[in-house]
Amino acid sequence: MLKIDNLHANVEGKAILKGINLEVKAGEVHAIMGPNGAGKSTMASVVAGKEEYDVSKGTIELNNEDISELAPEERAHAGVFMSFQYPVEIPGVTVTNFIKTAINESRKARGLEEMPAKDMLKKIREKSELLEIDRKFLSRSLNQGFSGGEKKRNEIFQMAMLEPKLAILDETDSGLDIDALRIVANGVNKLKSKDNAVIVITHYQRLLEYIVPDFVHVLHDGKIVKTGDASLALELEEKGYDWIKN
Amino acid sequence: MELKEKLLSSYVAFENRVNINDDVHAIRSKALQNFEEVGFPTKKMEAWKYTSLNSVLKEDYSIFPSGEEAIELADVKKYFIHDIDTFKIVFIDGKYSSFLSETTHDGMDVCLMSSALTKPKYKSVIKKYFNKAAKQDNMTSLNTAFAKEGAYIRIPKNKEVQKPIQIINFTTGSDDATMLQPRNLIVVEQNAHVQIIERHQSLTKNAVLTNAVTEIFVDKDATVDYYKIQNDHTNASLIDNTYIEQQTQSVCSVHTFSFGGNITRNNLNFYQKGERIDSILKGITIIEGKQHVDHHTLVHHIEPNCESHQDYKGIYGERSTGVFNGKVIVNKEAQKTNAYQQNNNVLMSDKSTINAKPQLEIFADDVKCSHGCTIGQLDDQALFYMQQRGIPKKEARALLMYAFANTVLESVKIPEVKSRITKLIAMKLGVNIGFDL
Repeated sequence: MLKIDNLHANVEGKAILKGINLEVKAGEVHAIMGPNGAGKSTMASVVAGKEEYDVSKGTIELNNEDISELAPEERAHAGVFMSFQYPVEIPGVTVTNFIKTAINESRKARGLEEMPAKDMLKKIREKSELLEIDRKFLSRSLNQGFSGGEKKRNEIFQMAMLEPKLAILDETDSGLDIDALRIVANGVNKLKSKDNAVIVITHYQRLLEYIVPDFVHVLHDGKIVKTGDASLALELEEKGYDWIKN
Repeated sequence: MELKEKLLSSYVAFENRVNINDDVHAIRSKALQNFEEVGFPTKKMEAWKYTSLNSVLKEDYSIFPSGEEAIELADVKKYFIHDIDTFKIVFIDGKYSSFLSETTHDGMDVCLMSSALTKPKYKSVIKKYFNKAAKQDNMTSLNTAFAKEGAYIRIPKNKEVQKPIQIINFTTGSDDATMLQPRNLIVVEQNAHVQIIERHQSLTKNAVLTNAVTEIFVDKDATVDYYKIQNDHTNASLIDNTYIEQQTQSVCSVHTFSFGGNITRNNLNFYQKGERIDSILKGITIIEGKQHVDHHTLVHHIEPNCESHQDYKGIYGERSTGVFNGKVIVNKEAQKTNAYQQNNNVLMSDKSTINAKPQLEIFADDVKCSHGCTIGQLDDQALFYMQQRGIPKKEARALLMYAFANTVLESVKIPEVKSRITKLIAMKLGVNIGFDL
């Protein structure tokens, strides 16, 4: 599915990623943990194609195609989804209209007709139920005045609608209370299949109790310094990140 | 011959077409005298510092367009709000087009200024209102001197007008360059309610200079909603002078949508002559190329307990330039005034310019006056967010601009006007998004 090879990236001339190697296969869940400033969010943004980040070395392949030169929307069309740590507010554009636009733009890029309104509504209903999202919520302006939990739930709702091959969840657990965390995790688990893959970026082990990873990687100073199974997250929780740093 | 001389020397010909013995003509002659003294505005005047008319005054305008051009409805239908029933007052090259219009005298007057200025039954209204709110500045004086045709609307007490009124000025371009000076008078009596949509539209790329004056009198408890749609060819310039006098507890809103034209200058003036008045001034400007849009607003708070709300959004691309000069005067007597002014601008290119100037003159001590002005670029993080969801950059930018302008759009009360404006915005931004943007 995803193959990152010797990835180096700079932001405004400063090296953030210093040689990341990571392979994620279909059906797998990978967790990326690490202290603040390790480069976790940068890695997510680089894979998603944020233009401010300059990839100086290495490759990113999705299903054996190099995507590192593609625009963010082209990567999205290829099946990359990233749940934002801080989703952006867009006044005047409702959740429904936004997701319709996103879906139809992706379809357009793949040479498909727009999704019929009836199918769209049915899908919206299904997926909003999955995320326990109130109908009224869907006609509100995107993320405007949403609580932290509502924003994150809305991100996973969009993920459910877009059905990506690779979902990167960037600190989706931050700012969530335990109920919202359970709903979000439940949503992610239901969307998991043998054909897609999930990368969960988090500080804490808490989310990983709900979304159980097949692999846990520890990122420090722009490199993956340790890889293990789910138990590594517990060990980290116990020993703290200093254990890795030293 | 320079335009000023041309105008002055054509006045005799103009006088042959009007009754020079009535009171109105005395007003005209005085205005002409005034224009002769002051001439066209120059950049040396503070109010015209950022807007130069030099380039548009160079054209050899036909002042009394001759063309009796016929226009097919099918060709111009798109310029009307045509999906709802409306009254229409339509002019072609400054002349009334009965064919395209739908006027009325049934319980109110939606008709012509030329009738109002000449027929005895309108005499008292004209005497009371004509040129009473208008300032005697350069361009207004010039318009007053040649005032002859335009829209005349009088809504009597307690009348709620069920359908909007459209005032449309077409220019056919049958002359190489055309100058028009429409003059509108709108009197809305106590507790009456009316919605008006105004548009200036040239049908060819020939040069047009329109110098329009509109006076609106809003009596006690009356409500007026006025929409100006400015989306003309890039050789058409507009100087719009609108004067609004409001009485106690009236509400008047003016939305100005400036997307087209060469040089557009909006002089929008509100005078609050009673208490508990609400004045609403909103605008969206989206321009590019070498277009220039200048909003000069004035709200004069004269009496206590009144409000004014200004919200202007501007998006400037390429080498376009914008001006926002928002003046608020609060008289000493106007205690408990609540004056709000917001002006947000996005510069889409390194070469676009905005000159923004809030101007507050406050003489009362117990007032709330706020103003905020921002100039920035589109938020890169927001663009990335939308692109990440599969929306291409161009469409993402359009959505962001739409979101930016939305605070103005959401207060448009006629749904068909709102959807027309959103379509114009989408066209302007060159996008076709899967829902009614």
